[in-house]
Amino acid sequence: MSSSAVAADTVFDAEAANARRRWITARVIIYGLLTLFSLIYIMPLIVVILNSFRDLPEINHNGLIAWPRSFNPIYWYQAWDTYCVGGTCAGVKGNFFNSLAMTIPATIISTALGAINGYILSKWKFRGSEIIFTCMLLGVFVPGQLSLMPWAYLLGKLHLTNTVYGLILLHCVQGLSFTTLFCRNFYVNIPDDLIKAARIDGAGFWRIFWKVILPISPPILIVTVIWQFTGIWNEFLFGVIFTSGTQQPITAALVALGANGLSVHAYNVSSAAVLIGAFPPLLVYFLGGKYFVRGLTQGAIK
Amino acid sequence: MASLTIRNAFKNYGMVEVLKGVDIEAQQGEFVALVGPSGCGKSTLLAMIAGLESVTSGEIWIGDRMVNSVAPKDRDIAMVFQSYALYPTMTVRQNMLFGMEARGVPKPQQEEAIKRVSALLQIEQLLNRKPGQLSGGQRQRVAMGRALVRDPALFLFDEPLSNLDAKLRVEMRTEIKKLHNRVGKTTVYVTHDQVEAMTLASRIAVMHQGQVQQFDEPQAVYDRPANMFVAGFMGSPSMNFLPAQLVEDGGKTAVAVRGADRVEKLALYNGAADRAGGRDVILGVRPEHIFRYHPDLKNQKPGIATLPAPVELVEPTGAETMAVMKIGESEILGRFDPDEAPRMGETITLGVDMSHACLFDPTTQRLI
Repeated sequence: MSSSAVAADTVFDAEAANARRRWITARVIIYGLLTLFSLIYIMPLIVVILNSFRDLPEINHNGLIAWPRSFNPIYWYQAWDTYCVGGTCAGVKGNFFNSLAMTIPATIISTALGAINGYILSKWKFRGSEIIFTCMLLGVFVPGQLSLMPWAYLLGKLHLTNTVYGLILLHCVQGLSFTTLFCRNFYVNIPDDLIKAARIDGAGFWRIFWKVILPISPPILIVTVIWQFTGIWNEFLFGVIFTSGTQQPITAALVALGANGLSVHAYNVSSAAVLIGAFPPLLVYFLGGKYFVRGLTQGAIK
Repeated sequence: MASLTIRNAFKNYGMVEVLKGVDIEAQQGEFVALVGPSGCGKSTLLAMIAGLESVTSGEIWIGDRMVNSVAPKDRDIAMVFQSYALYPTMTVRQNMLFGMEARGVPKPQQEEAIKRVSALLQIEQLLNRKPGQLSGGQRQRVAMGRALVRDPALFLFDEPLSNLDAKLRVEMRTEIKKLHNRVGKTTVYVTHDQVEAMTLASRIAVMHQGQVQQFDEPQAVYDRPANMFVAGFMGSPSMNFLPAQLVEDGGKTAVAVRGADRVEKLALYNGAADRAGGRDVILGVRPEHIFRYHPDLKNQKPGIATLPAPVELVEPTGAETMAVMKIGESEILGRFDPDEAPRMGETITLGVDMSHACLFDPTTQRLI
């Protein structure tokens, strides 16, 4: 090693050392703040999870926000199977299945209709199709509460009040604006030449939809399914107004759980029931979340 | 196989007239190029032949069938798009099968067609790839393959080479020509590139503002352009136009051009020679018909007229040298052999090959 190289090694570069120190400080501050905020966001969930395993006397003694001194999974069982909601002592499992029976068909039907609508409104435009699209778009901006009265009337006429079928119909219609908007905006970016080529190749409306359009659609369909599933599952207002008792979806039942008329509030059972109710949308999000983020930004950068 | 006849076709979008009475006839097996600047209606016309656009009025015949109200799939046509329009989720094989499946062609026949066409286009090794895994030229081949497997009566090409880089474009142009020679199908080819039209077509329809300006064989379109638009559009660099006058000069008709300090008279040659004098005309001369004048050229080429011209600008391109020269108030561009190229500032004696010159009417802009 030459002498000049040795000298270079020993030279203290004050500039570089300062830059390095500043960089470290900045990182510490950034990660410190990020950690702090994530703790704040996750805190309620942790409290609920912990409370779902604590005994009631201990909760009453130490307060809702405290480190658990007891651990008992029985409350999950009670919430699911035996706890009394509105006079029926069978837990929330019935309501959970109501929610599934409502959410799955409503999600599938509204997504399928949205895809077909989007396909027509982007690739088979006709006189007035833009007006129809604009009208459907209004549904995105009209608050759901506005449609309470019309729905009450309609469901009554159809004898669908207090049934899961009524809610399926309601959510299909309410969701159509969003699913149509999502799919139409996705399909608009598919080149028209593809449709023309398929038409010359001899394919008709449905064959083009099945063979050409649907295979390109997974990104937007995943987004739509997640959006619809979480939206319908978490929806509360329609559920609580148009159903009661054993017909209620789980979101409505959770409220009934909290207002069961007993003098003592079973925080542990409530917590477990809330977590049961929150589980399916979380699962859907964990399974499809990365597609969700990807799908929402698709087309934005093209 | 079939011929194509378009009679007095009009197309309106609301108040906008896109096509104003187009007449084109393609013989069986002919290669017709529709060429023109963007917005001239050539792509609309092609879409109308394909059935993707309706016909406002007029008739389109494929073979002996009027197809105005026939659906695209029943017209027995195949089309190659500028964007290729390959189905992105399907393999090359599936792309080519799609049309045959939609039409219910029997399986053995499908396989046989794929084999034949993929051998013809040399895409056998690509059959299991998806379009996203192909290069531009390969996609182009597959798009042609998809059109070929169906064995249609009529081939339509919509600017198929514009998305390729310059080198590949020339290669594929040759491929298309070879392909047409081998398959011999009636073909309509839309392009804005006049070189493509010249090299490929058996007849060219030059379109401008929704009308066919000229429909003729390539050399005829080039040599005897019907009007100043066609003359300017076909050929690169384009034809020089000089305002001039027809005059009598020693018993013959000549074109008088205003030079720097005097009027230069260029004697007309051949068919153009016996025209009455005294009227204003536009003289059209292509850059390659201008050269440095040698006295012995007169013996080789008849009909050469001479005039002096100061050289304004010289642009060597290697194979040839372009020079801009001043004739009176106007500028003309000449295409020179590099050995004979003029120098900047020089005043050169130009030889103009009047046997190839064109005369246009200044008001109607038509060829006289």
